[in-house]
Amino acid sequence: MAIRERLSGNEAVAIAMRQINPDVMAAFPITPSTEIPQYFSTFCANGQVDTEFVPVESEHSAMSACVGSEAAGARTLTATSSCGLALMWEELYIAASCRLPIALACVNRALSGPININCDHSDSMGARDAGWIQIYSENNQEAYDNFVQAYRIAEHKDVRLPIMICQDGFITSHAVENISLLEDNEVRDFVGDYNPDEYLLNESHSMAVGPYDIPSYYMEHKKQQAVAMENAKQVILDVAAEFEKLSGRKYGLFETYKLEDAECALVIINSAAGTAKDAVDKLRAEGKKVGLLKIRVFRPFPAEEIAEALKNVKVIAVMDRCEGFSSQGGPLGAEVKSALYTAGSTAKVVDYIYGIGGRDVKVENIEEVYGALFDILATGNVGETYRYLSLRD
Amino acid sequence: MSSVDFINENISWKDITPAGNVYEGGTANDFRTGDWRISIPEFLADKCKQCLLCTPVCPDSAIPVKDGKREDFDFEHCKGCGICAKVCPFGAIVMKKEEK
Repeated sequence: MAIRERLSGNEAVAIAMRQINPDVMAAFPITPSTEIPQYFSTFCANGQVDTEFVPVESEHSAMSACVGSEAAGARTLTATSSCGLALMWEELYIAASCRLPIALACVNRALSGPININCDHSDSMGARDAGWIQIYSENNQEAYDNFVQAYRIAEHKDVRLPIMICQDGFITSHAVENISLLEDNEVRDFVGDYNPDEYLLNESHSMAVGPYDIPSYYMEHKKQQAVAMENAKQVILDVAAEFEKLSGRKYGLFETYKLEDAECALVIINSAAGTAKDAVDKLRAEGKKVGLLKIRVFRPFPAEEIAEALKNVKVIAVMDRCEGFSSQGGPLGAEVKSALYTAGSTAKVVDYIYGIGGRDVKVENIEEVYGALFDILATGNVGETYRYLSLRD
Repeated sequence: MSSVDFINENISWKDITPAGNVYEGGTANDFRTGDWRISIPEFLADKCKQCLLCTPVCPDSAIPVKDGKREDFDFEHCKGCGICAKVCPFGAIVMKKEEK
């Protein structure tokens, strides 16, 4: 039986964590982290979970503790945000290269400076090449559902990679919305027990983790990681299909919205996709052929599938909620353009930097983007491909 | 299975252990790890009283003991750190520059 509730994105993810009942949570519990570790430590204190909560002194230590704990054989998670994720950088790579299926709840907030912890994707986009699976969520329901699916993906024998479930800071994490929760036993049955084949605390079979890898071996291990990431794509789809049977909610690598016959489309991540859907509805009512593609899975990047979904679109705006300082646009723009080029697309593409540092994104701002795309469609002149939305000139 | 079956420079990425994990202890036995030594200990058997103080302090277990008596160094694994020479009360181990 589904449970109807109203929760913030932070609460929703903390409840998913409680239902999963992991072995260890290591987290730095104050700013820039969110309420997620706070809620979860309450569950620990109340005896609602069997989890060992490790309140570490920094995020560098949080991820280090997660690496040790997961290598020991314990199902482990953490939560962080903004500069907290940046402080984990070094260990993010270690978790991935040691093939440790740690789950991380990331609340997307800006990196300083100037000092700002509002909604922005610079934190997780900065970590995009660390070897973690990255799944993004439009709202609290998706954040909850994605977290419930996380371990089934990460711990799969063909994958064994850490996973980051991302949601927008404040807009999703702190805003209370309606949500449908699964029963505790449904989540526990879906996630199952964690029984790794090899782990450090296995007294019958000794092992060493994280050895020095000389040039003769490093490349072979990186190839293994790359293949595991490729494998994750199918596993994500399989887990989503099973989750749909349980919950009735359907997930893929991305979501398309009114894209089938669209001439102009947006590619966008997280909460602003909801705003953009309102803009699409409004423009569709005016007879304009607009649509959007909302990324759910950013790592692995579903390049072929995205190019296929966009094959009939003539003008595309890729929306980046962080800077990349490449002087060409943000990271999503680079990935989407690369996917389109490889597929032989002739679509015109512009990259918008929008909403960074928590800048508000309204329906009319998105309408303005579609307006610019129709200008390109009419004139054939793409103009500046690297733009800022809602910037004061 | 010996560790050289899964740790060798001809192994494919498909067969190498994930993450470089090593699934047994004592695998240094299969590899020559003493080849970057600069100093080398010399064992002066006539001065040695077989007190065996040197054996447990060797970080690389490079002083083999047989029937209660130490033998000459295992130069495949000795790094030339000189701890054994420091601990020997009888001057039976002297450190020299290794000539290669």
